[in-house]
Amino acid sequence: MFEIRLHSRGGQGGVTAAKLMALAAFRDGKYATAAPFYGAERRGAPIVSFIRIDDKPIKIYSQIHNPDLVVVLDPSIIDLVNVFDGLKPDGKVLINATEVPAKAAGYKVSLVDLTGIALKINLIVAGSPILNTPVIGALAKMGLFSRESASAAIKEMFSDERNYQAALMAFEELV
Amino acid sequence: MLTISTGNNAVAAAVRQAIPAVVAAYPITPQTEIVEQIANYVTNGSLKSKYIPVESEHSAMAACIGASITGIRTFTATSSHGLLYMHEMVNWAAGARLPIVMANVNRALGPGWNVWAEHTDSLQARDTGWLQVYVATVQEAYDATIMAFRIAEDRRVYLPVMINLDGFSLSHITQQLEESEIGDFIPPLMLDHAIDTKAPAGYGCMTPSTDYFRIRYDIERSMRDSVAVIRETEDAFATKFGRKYSWTENYRCEDAEVLVLSMGTLGKEAEVAVDILRDEGVKAGAMRVRWIRPFPELDLGDRELVVIDRNYSFGFGGILASSIRAKTGRQCYNVIAGIGGQEVTYNDIAGFIRNRRIGEETWFGVDA
Amino acid sequence: MTDIRVQIVMSGTSATEYICKCTSACAGCSSSLILRHVLKAAGPDTVLVVPACCTSVLQGVWPNTAFNIPVYNVAFAAAAAVASGMAAAFESMGKNTNVIAYAGDGGTVDIGIQALSGALERETNFLYICYDNEAYGNTGMQRSGSTPIGARTTTTPGGKVHKKKDLDRIIAAHNLPYMATACSAYPQDLAKKVQKALSIKGPKFMHILAPCPPGWRYDASKTIEVGKMAVKTGLWAMYEREYDLLTISGPTKAAMIKPAPLEDYFKMQGRFSGLKEEQVKTVRGEMERNLRMLKAEAEGC
Ligand SMILES: Cc1ncc(C[n+]2csc(CCOP(=O)(O)OP(=O)(O)O)c2C)c(N)n1
Ligand code: SF4
Ligand SMILES: [Mg+2]
Repeated sequence: MFEIRLHSRGGQGGVTAAKLMALAAFRDGKYATAAPFYGAERRGAPIVSFIRIDDKPIKIYSQIHNPDLVVVLDPSIIDLVNVFDGLKPDGKVLINATEVPAKAAGYKVSLVDLTGIALKINLIVAGSPILNTPVIGALAKMGLFSRESASAAIKEMFSDERNYQAALMAFEELV
Repeated sequence: MLTISTGNNAVAAAVRQAIPAVVAAYPITPQTEIVEQIANYVTNGSLKSKYIPVESEHSAMAACIGASITGIRTFTATSSHGLLYMHEMVNWAAGARLPIVMANVNRALGPGWNVWAEHTDSLQARDTGWLQVYVATVQEAYDATIMAFRIAEDRRVYLPVMINLDGFSLSHITQQLEESEIGDFIPPLMLDHAIDTKAPAGYGCMTPSTDYFRIRYDIERSMRDSVAVIRETEDAFATKFGRKYSWTENYRCEDAEVLVLSMGTLGKEAEVAVDILRDEGVKAGAMRVRWIRPFPELDLGDRELVVIDRNYSFGFGGILASSIRAKTGRQCYNVIAGIGGQEVTYNDIAGFIRNRRIGEETWFGVDA
Repeated sequence: MTDIRVQIVMSGTSATEYICKCTSACAGCSSSLILRHVLKAAGPDTVLVVPACCTSVLQGVWPNTAFNIPVYNVAFAAAAAVASGMAAAFESMGKNTNVIAYAGDGGTVDIGIQALSGALERETNFLYICYDNEAYGNTGMQRSGSTPIGARTTTTPGGKVHKKKDLDRIIAAHNLPYMATACSAYPQDLAKKVQKALSIKGPKFMHILAPCPPGWRYDASKTIEVGKMAVKTGLWAMYEREYDLLTISGPTKAAMIKPAPLEDYFKMQGRFSGLKEEQVKTVRGEMERNLRMLKAEAEGC
């Protein structure tokens, strides 16, 4: 089983990103669950989602304490929450940023400028850049699911072509 | 169609298959998406129901009662305080022998406000005359909702059915879902006692003490008859759709020497705990109790029992454990866990089984 | 480095804050702004009764609270009845503690109206405030009886088909010693009305418009502008009524003479994006009827 913990802020699309990840993995023929953890907070508070991907049905409903991968949609959260808590020794981190945050030093960090991508193609809703579709492109590049399943998932959930375009840009940008 | 869905959306999708003529519902966390999705379906025309956006849960159930007695199919959904607020009408629906189907998204009770999973809300309604089933996966939420209509509307039953799913830990998680075209799986509703101007009758009028108990006994007789209807419906469902359900879901129980019994999503987590214990050489098995009304015959043998209750009856004990004790005369180790969304992992459950003290009760996380 | 903070106090209000700067309200939340001014006007000898609504959440999570007065959280339908009990208890102890029920529109016009009507009829000595964000904010913006026609909510994705309930005329039918309407964009007016209400014994009621950025779909920085526009168009009428003596508030008097175009108000908010021509007509008709009736009442004819 591959376990992912996704950190975002309420209203940034973290819950949808988690669903998209589950859908892409599912389209790959895997079993997947996406479980957002809702606190009592309102908009803008840090929230966390748990995604599990496996070859057999997933029976675990509790939180992920030792993730294989940590995804951070909003780097400012790193100062508020220990996003690396319990990360497996060989675990990876994907951060939406242009440079490695100080606290991330020593981890296997990949960077992708999801905000920049969204702004570049004007993928903005209610004043906020959309991060949930580009992040799927970056995760496909990291091998979480196939490129085909990633685009299928995005097209299944969104009709606006720019979502796919943003994911493609993130796929290409991630090294 | 194979897709992914949340527990809440799976319930709404099942309702779209069942096409109730009237849906009357009121939002409450964590049930809200069911109401919202049904409102969406009705607005975009994919569900031809009348949706009544009532001003409270008492009115939600009351509106369902008014609609149902005309002989049409009805649905509502609620949670926690919503279920408590409609309690009078919940009793009424069963007493009036109306086949209303309701999804209850299990949530703790205030004060303090807590929106997370616990079963005390629906278990407080266990004596109302409603049939109650507890589910653990998105697929099961969908399937149980479809079956609920057929069971409730069966002439041998004519009692309302409540489908219970854990708040957030099932209502809000995404898993795969196979949506089935149900065709004629739910026969058209024929309510023998539907209100009819051609056959005038008084409904629910003053009933003297010489007759009232007979009417109440009739509810119990139908509750007993529902056992066969549930079995038939679940068998027919398995034949038609290939997904099999029963009174309990048993995991590695055959040769087990210790059983862990629970309800809802904790029952799935318990299966992982069983695997861990089996690797340690402990012959454990997991039994997830699905139906709580009518209460099933449990095949417990002489195995040791660990019962997890995500609920509590103050001054008495965990409700599942008390029911098992009363029905079977067996002692168990009762663990009260998962109250108000308290995190319970498979490792915790493995711990409950390892450290079992038959005949005792423990509140997980409380230093007694 | 010294941290110099300048406390700017609006004229006519107290410098003491009863809500700390750590609520979990959304940015631009005007219902929390209203409560800030209500509590400043009421002072420390005040108990707040809060039914399920956004205010139950924005206090923060146990064991923390952002409020510096006692807050009693209660079930959704129960605010006015719980406040009745509290008011009777304080009275029996000879205490003058202010009992203020602070409830949303859902908790007032929908599920809570029975308890409210009872408490008013029994002449309960309390102030009931309904902050009206015209939907169920706590649960993510479903329609309420107070949602205006045509507004999109999550349970009215095609726009609400029913009109906004005329709460104030229902309340007025109880013939109260004091009732008033106000708006978060006019805090001085609001504070004065709260002070006046609390100086009177018996049942008092205030209905305060509370624009809500995520629910009404406008940028958080426009929260005051939106409130002002609601008043300037005449759509939200501000007044006070002591028994049957009606006084129309200044900004509404101005709107009666020279109203801002209704369309400008609708255009500011995403929730009205699907508004139909005949719905605009209905809103205009309701608004004109309301202003006409208020005017006739004020002129005593
Ligand atoms: C009996 C009951 N039904 C439903 C709920 C869920 N609920 C909590 S707050 C709320 C809506 C509140 O709306 P409103 O009164 O307008 O206040 P707002 O959230 O907009 O501030 C609902 C539906 C509840 N807590 N109790
Ligand atoms: S939803 Fe609206 S009323 Fe509720 S806290 Fe946010 S801005 Fe305030
Ligand atoms: Mg409201």
